[in-house]
Amino acid sequence: MSTNNADDVRDRYWAKTRNLTIVVLALWVLFALVVPAMVSTLDQFTFLGFPFGYYMIAQGSLLAFVIIIWVQNWRQDAIDDEFGFGED
Amino acid sequence: MALIQGRFIDNIGRVYAIYTGGFLAFILLMAILEQLGVGADTIGILFVAFTIAIYALIGWLSRTMEVDAYYVAGRQVPAVYNGMATAADWMSGASFVALAGGVYFGGYGYMAFIVGWTGGYVLVNSLMAPYLRKFGCYTVPDFIGTRYGGNIARLCAVIVLVVASFTYVTAQINATGTIAARALHIPFSWGVWFGLLGILLCSMLGGMRAVTWTQVAQYIVLIIAYLVPVIWMSNAQGLGLIPHFTYGEAASAMAELEAQYGLNPPTEAIAGLSVLTTPHTGPVGDYAEWKFITLALCMMCGTASLPHILMRYFTTPTVRSARKSVAWSLLFIFLLYFTAPALATLTKLQLLDPSLPTAIIGKPFEEVASLAWIQNWASVGFLAIADQNGDGILQLNEFFMRPDIVVLATPEIAGLPYVISGLVAAGGMAAAMSTADGLLLAIANALSHDLYYKMIDPKADTAIRLIVARILLVGIGALGALIASLQLTGILGAVAWAFCFACSGLFFPLALGVWWKRANRPGAIAGMAAGFIAGTLYLYYVYTGGTPWFGLDHLRFGIVGMAVSLVSMVVVTLLTPAPDEEIQRMVEETRVPTGPSILSDKH
Repeated sequence: MSTNNADDVRDRYWAKTRNLTIVVLALWVLFALVVPAMVSTLDQFTFLGFPFGYYMIAQGSLLAFVIIIWVQNWRQDAIDDEFGFGED
Repeated sequence: MALIQGRFIDNIGRVYAIYTGGFLAFILLMAILEQLGVGADTIGILFVAFTIAIYALIGWLSRTMEVDAYYVAGRQVPAVYNGMATAADWMSGASFVALAGGVYFGGYGYMAFIVGWTGGYVLVNSLMAPYLRKFGCYTVPDFIGTRYGGNIARLCAVIVLVVASFTYVTAQINATGTIAARALHIPFSWGVWFGLLGILLCSMLGGMRAVTWTQVAQYIVLIIAYLVPVIWMSNAQGLGLIPHFTYGEAASAMAELEAQYGLNPPTEAIAGLSVLTTPHTGPVGDYAEWKFITLALCMMCGTASLPHILMRYFTTPTVRSARKSVAWSLLFIFLLYFTAPALATLTKLQLLDPSLPTAIIGKPFEEVASLAWIQNWASVGFLAIADQNGDGILQLNEFFMRPDIVVLATPEIAGLPYVISGLVAAGGMAAAMSTADGLLLAIANALSHDLYYKMIDPKADTAIRLIVARILLVGIGALGALIASLQLTGILGAVAWAFCFACSGLFFPLALGVWWKRANRPGAIAGMAAGFIAGTLYLYYVYTGGTPWFGLDHLRFGIVGMAVSLVSMVVVTLLTPAPDEEIQRMVEETRVPTGPSILSDKH
């Protein structure tokens, strides 16, 4: 029984981890692939004096990547702790 | 030594604070010497020599004869410092020296490198680093060899690793040679060997431990050296202390300057030098968006497969700290990459904007020809001006420059004191050396651990293993220097190739090894071999003059390699039996952050 329980905890842990990863990868696709694909459209807007598309490529997407990773780690740590896999 | 190591880890913050303070004091001292009339050459030599001496000292203090200190720095590097070390490992001569110059001349299309070299860390963090850390391997082929089992899979991974990293390392040794040659006034071929000597001093005695602590020191030097000229120029142009959020108007105004001077090809081209013909802010040409995305994708997947980066995350104490150090890495890398377009823009303005005293375009030809920095760079053939339409005025298409020198020449272009040029040379040297260190170590470790110890002589004792590792390190370094001294490739092309080789062969076998339990040995071997071979053949095809498919040129052959790799890996896996119970169990263990690592501590 106990092994089954352990397996069950692991399965639920992995399902949550996987869902988080899917969300992260979707955001990654948005900033890494969709934004450059639409850059001409975005360039019609202005942001801080920059053409908006140019701004996103020069700074915006980069900043988004940094934030994505920090938020992902914060959520992943919470998932680890929830299932007792936190380390410290 | 153990005593010092313990004390060092506890005092690490103080040690690097003193180091940073010392470096700033050194810059100040050089500035004072310059004011006292010491020559520019002497200051350049002092900058490069002083910083290399410090790295060599750190390398010597970190010497070790223990296996896990040599391969993974004893797995005790705190996340923040591992982040700095990774950032230095990551930002090569190409990032530091060539990137802003590429953006200067290549405009928008070139910024795919910036997106690619940062976005890749999202993949590293979600798909690779925490799981490989849990695995407890010493090298990347170690993971492939254990997860899929068998020497053939391990050997395939070793081959891809060696080809990708070796392509990369020759470019880095080339960059160290270029900078050393210019700063120390020695021939390029000597500069290459001098650069190699510095690289080996950092890595040979202490392996990963030495490389880690020198890379942290190198990061501090390179980021100071990159930011100072930009902030200085920003103040001179009235854009404030931090230009990143205020140069928008300037970037937009560039289009007017471009229209005023005209983006025309030169009447008569000069070999090896470029003229500005690409608009600064927008995409141009056929497939512009598609080309941008494919290049960025190759760089991102390459990031997540390059062994010298992945192995940095083997050095942290826990899985959680591995993730944390990916986050720190990207933050430290971000600081440089979001400055690069600002640097390109501000430097371009210094030359173009008629309201700035440093502008040269549109000025009388004779006046520009008499400027000291024009003469200095022209004398070594990196820059040229030619009054090709004979009107006595320097036009935009009469100013020729090598893209690689934009960053190095920026302090002089902007009229900054020479001490800043010396600082930038030291920064470029730090960037190229730190990457070369990491790459040489990745190659030598894969050959000594995976090829020699795991496949040829599994009974070899520790001393022999570490001696073999060091001999390989020196041998491969020498081979790299030899090839670099032939100057077969440019810095940037070679770097893009390295990423494409790595993602063609390794990206899917690594990612699916964790994320697809069903993935098995024949599938992985097929994925590595077919992807790598297809990518290489396609590179050969386009490089020898074949028509690129859908605009996928030689910088983007990883797209072809990855597609073939994914399809062959999935098809072959599904046609062959699922991996056995033990392997599936191992994959489940890999996914959980706690518990013992898969491979024992001293395997």
